[in-house]
Amino acid sequence: MTQPVMPKTWYVPSKPHKFCPGCGHPLILKALGEAVDELGIQNQTIYGCDIGCSLLSWNFFAMDSTQTHHGRTTPVMVGMKRARPELICVGYMGDGGGYSIGSQHLVNSAIRNEKVTLILANNTNYAMTGGQLAPTTLPGQKTETTPFGRDPALTGNPTMGPEMISSITGDGAYVARGTVAKYRQLKGFIKKALQNQMEGNGFSFVEALSTCPTNWRTNAKQTWSWLEDEMGSFYPVGELKSPFRKED
Amino acid sequence: MEKPVTGTRKVFMTGNETVAWAALAAEADIMFGYPITPQNEIMHYWTRLGAKYDRGFLQTEDEISAGFTVCGAIIAGKKAFTATAGPGNTLMQEPFSMAEAMRLPIVAIIQQRGGPSSGTVIYSQQEVTLTTYGGNGEGHRIVYSTASHQELYDYTIKAFNTAWKYRFPTFVLGDGYQAKMREPLEMYDPEARNLEIIKPSPMVGLPGQIGIDREPQHLCNIYSLEEELYDVVLKVQAEYDGIIPELVEYECRECDDAEILVVSHGVVSRSTDDAVMALRSQGIKVGAFRPITLRPFPSQKLREILRSGVKKMLVVESAYGQLVRLLKQEIYGETVPIETLLMPGVGIIDADIISKVKSLIQ
Ligand SMILES: Cc1ncc(C[n+]2csc(CCOP(=O)(O)OP(=O)(O)O)c2C)c(N)n1
Ligand code: SF4
Ligand SMILES: [Mg+2]
Repeated sequence: MTQPVMPKTWYVPSKPHKFCPGCGHPLILKALGEAVDELGIQNQTIYGCDIGCSLLSWNFFAMDSTQTHHGRTTPVMVGMKRARPELICVGYMGDGGGYSIGSQHLVNSAIRNEKVTLILANNTNYAMTGGQLAPTTLPGQKTETTPFGRDPALTGNPTMGPEMISSITGDGAYVARGTVAKYRQLKGFIKKALQNQMEGNGFSFVEALSTCPTNWRTNAKQTWSWLEDEMGSFYPVGELKSPFRKED
Repeated sequence: MEKPVTGTRKVFMTGNETVAWAALAAEADIMFGYPITPQNEIMHYWTRLGAKYDRGFLQTEDEISAGFTVCGAIIAGKKAFTATAGPGNTLMQEPFSMAEAMRLPIVAIIQQRGGPSSGTVIYSQQEVTLTTYGGNGEGHRIVYSTASHQELYDYTIKAFNTAWKYRFPTFVLGDGYQAKMREPLEMYDPEARNLEIIKPSPMVGLPGQIGIDREPQHLCNIYSLEEELYDVVLKVQAEYDGIIPELVEYECRECDDAEILVVSHGVVSRSTDDAVMALRSQGIKVGAFRPITLRPFPSQKLREILRSGVKKMLVVESAYGQLVRLLKQEIYGETVPIETLLMPGVGIIDADIISKVKSLIQ
């Protein structure tokens, strides 16, 4: 049987990877790996991962990588980029890391139009810590800290990240929301988010709708249905801001 | 590009301006900071001087970010630093602890202000515990407590060298008085004094093709197993212990035949020196010991002095016992009684110390 081909920038000694079966993270990372391959930027790209299940990717790539703290990947990558603008700095984080504990970094680096690329996995919960409420948890969704379902009257409405980011970034920013359910499209978004940094246009941000069967407590079919139907209808997928012409 | 400081220059300036010049002379590349009194003017001077000497600056959204952007820049291989005080120092403990874990040569200038909480914007010595042992770690840090503008200049340059040589987070612990006062000092080109400036080096973005010329760098600060972390911490501890003799610095004044030894650090030690001179002229056998490095602490020297006939020790500080605690743990087992003059958040002058010493010998 032929095995699926791994991206060149996957680090083989760390495979098989450590994510749960059915997890969305490795799909996003595959898209990132293939995008880096296609752009030929493996040697100048620095990958930074947050604490969260994204941490499991600390040695995932054959790229120089650094793990940071929960929510702090954004400022670490910003500092790196400011120090050495020739590097392509990519931060990877969860929805808790990006939209909750690290939201001030995300908002302010977006406003400053920092020339970094951030990829955020929206799996509607805090996965690594055992499935608590995340800023992106859907109304009515049960988590360990909302056992009766998220009540927006108590905990607000889900964070609409790309919508927020696109409204605060300046010219040259690239903002999109993709989903692991549409892999090719997601990879296209990530590739553009990298290209945007390479061209020095502005802040680049991609949210990826992702899966977490472990904490959702779903089987394969339910997982896919939650991703495509529940999340898909709440979170519109597409490009929200792009300095590239449509046909690019 | 011309050097910011050539030869030696006599100047009269504030401590904050001094720090900015020293960072230039130490070849710092980039500063990240967030406004807080009393360190603001370090940024103010750095932004102006930086424009002239091609150095970077970013005002971040908060001190957490300032600390972590410094970490990122250092990982990328640049001499980066920050400056803060009080609540900002509290927030920076998170990035400082990452720097401790990943051996990032972070340099931070701490201009202590009053605490707890927002306290005052003026002065204190209340950030000793936080700066030496803050964060969820073991205090693998180097802390220089300065007492004058000349020292702010000398030790800011030294802090960059120490940090990049040993790869431990390094702090210059000043205070609001030192930050805002004007004093004369000599600024100099380190090279003109044969002072080698240690060059930075990157941890990522290295030359060569990954997989062909080299392996990728995978930097981390979290471990799967208790034992893995244990080994790492013990290794770092052993390294730290090994360099203590090279690092410790202190000053002794009239210690040889002292019966009362006044221990103080930072700007307070200047009042102590004046007090010792005055008391000696009255025939009172008093001496002064000043740790310059609070981490690592010059405990061996202090123990030696205590064993040479000291009858009482007086610890003086603008905090309620932070130096006392540090000192007690460092000289555990010595039997010289400890008296204290603790004035949290306020300045201490020679007269305060003189009357306290006199009260001890009655
Ligand atoms: C300062 C701090 N607070 C809390 C934690 C504990 N923590 C680890 S991962 C995590 C949540 C991760 O959720 P998310 O960012 O959504 O990533 P996911 O695991 O869902 O991919 C938390 C709260 C931490 N590591 N650091
Ligand atoms: S807990 Fe969820 S997000 Fe984390 S690896 Fe497992 S499936 Fe993925
Ligand atoms: Mg999550």
